[in-house]
Amino acid sequence: MTARVVHIASNTFREAVRDRVLYNLIAFALLLSGAAILVGQISIDIERLVVVNLGLTAVSLFGVVIAIFIGIGLVSKEIEKRTLYTMLSRPVRRWEFIVGKFFGLAGTLVVNTFFMAIGVFGALLYVAHKLSRPDALILVALYFIVLEFLIICSLALLFSTFSSPLLSAVFAFSLFVIGSFADDLRSFAAMTHGFARWIVVGAAYIVPNFSALNVISAVAHQHPLNSQLVLQNTFYAIFYTAMALSGAVLIFERRNLK
Amino acid sequence: MAAIEILGLEKTYMVGFWRKRPKRALQPLHLTIEEGEIFGFLGPNGAGKTTTLKLLMGLVFPTAGTARILGREWNDPEVKAQIGFLPEQPYFYDYLTAHELLDYYGQLSGVPGKDRKRSIDQVLSRVGLTDVKGLQLRKFSKGMLQRVGIAQAILHDPKLLFFDEPMSGLDPLGRREVRDLMEQLKQEGKTVFFSTHILSDAEALCDRVAIIHKGELRGVGAVEDLTSAVQGKIEVVWQGTLIPASMKALGAECHISGDTVRAVLPEKQQDAAIDALRRERIRLIAVTPLRTSLETYFVEKLQHSQTTAGTLA
Repeated sequence: MTARVVHIASNTFREAVRDRVLYNLIAFALLLSGAAILVGQISIDIERLVVVNLGLTAVSLFGVVIAIFIGIGLVSKEIEKRTLYTMLSRPVRRWEFIVGKFFGLAGTLVVNTFFMAIGVFGALLYVAHKLSRPDALILVALYFIVLEFLIICSLALLFSTFSSPLLSAVFAFSLFVIGSFADDLRSFAAMTHGFARWIVVGAAYIVPNFSALNVISAVAHQHPLNSQLVLQNTFYAIFYTAMALSGAVLIFERRNLK
Repeated sequence: MAAIEILGLEKTYMVGFWRKRPKRALQPLHLTIEEGEIFGFLGPNGAGKTTTLKLLMGLVFPTAGTARILGREWNDPEVKAQIGFLPEQPYFYDYLTAHELLDYYGQLSGVPGKDRKRSIDQVLSRVGLTDVKGLQLRKFSKGMLQRVGIAQAILHDPKLLFFDEPMSGLDPLGRREVRDLMEQLKQEGKTVFFSTHILSDAEALCDRVAIIHKGELRGVGAVEDLTSAVQGKIEVVWQGTLIPASMKALGAECHISGDTVRAVLPEKQQDAAIDALRRERIRLIAVTPLRTSLETYFVEKLQHSQTTAGTLA
């Protein structure tokens, strides 16, 4: 990784911070504190289940919304505002710009997730009064959520290289929804026959498999997770992200900045 | 060595819903800019000036042709460390301060940390923004942003500068300062290639100019050559509002302006005109050969192209 990638990534992070993106943490904190107080009053014995479920789902949704809405503007906004002109007239390669932007947004989401994770554990401590060993699994769920963010960031960035922000948002959000049901799609594909099978199976494997990355329910119910899943999901997310980023670079390398 | 060699650079955009209709933005362009000169690229709006600059900066890709900048291919990333670019109506990351923006661009241009701070302070002082270096760019006026644009272009001490409409958005004082800065850059040995449609700026600054219209090069030459075509006439200026009959007899076209009279007459009548004014005891202010202004040359080139197009149609 070149120094320029690091500079572009830090500037992207700085932009997110100065555009008050991290203010979402306030909404998240309010949501979680309200839920913890409410759950503490109305639930019996399932406080932990509700707080973990609600907390991790909120972490995921807040992050997905940030990843999509910042990601779709990462390239198109720079073209529209012409800030790219002074950037690319320097010794900056186009791939460095794309990769730097990706790491900047990914960094923003990791920091955001870190603070949200503190909130989740805080709420859990509030309702359960102590943390137990199985609660460590929440960290695995959070790790998978971060992997999910990496994929969404790369997809939003890919769409941003050739499409308008509105269309990019539609594409990215659609893929997020479809990808959340990827397991069902794959089961459905297995039931088809003939030529249609090839198409449906292909489509099912092209969309990102977010359902494999969603272990929120299992963690809330304290079901064990095997290490193979962690390894498998890590490789899958890295591979998918690398593919989407390569696509973004290939398109952006040929794009005329009119 | 030539600073820029443009070898048949050409750009055609595909337009329309299906991108099937070609629209030629730049016809094959051949141009050489020597090191150390200030070169003006003139043309009306939409002539192809910005397209040419974008092609040289690698922001758009040529349909055909190539260019060499400082002896290297136009798309060689290494050459970009030695060039500075000011786009037309520049816009920058408005959440940054002027100092932060220059620091960021300095990092991207590979200016080492210890030199960067000194360079930033120097260029901010040079463009008159030292007092507002800590202010976010979203609070800057258009003219101040133009100054930031110039600062970022010269920050890394490049050998070659590309300015797209550098005087745009500046007040008369600002324009004067930019003109002075460009002259200083020339004295420092830099090459400046700038586009403009303000002919007085080009006439005052440029060693050579090129005129482009509708994507086609219409003329290139040294400003002196283009403007020194004496039309066989002289301009005589004297104090007062009196036009002697003897001057009219010499065929002078006279115009009274305030308390001076300007007369245009054939060059061969110069001595007779001076004698006539002396006889009338009129105070002579100036006698100068009448030159073609850059504006006249520019308008002629544009009209010629329109006439040709009309004839062909």
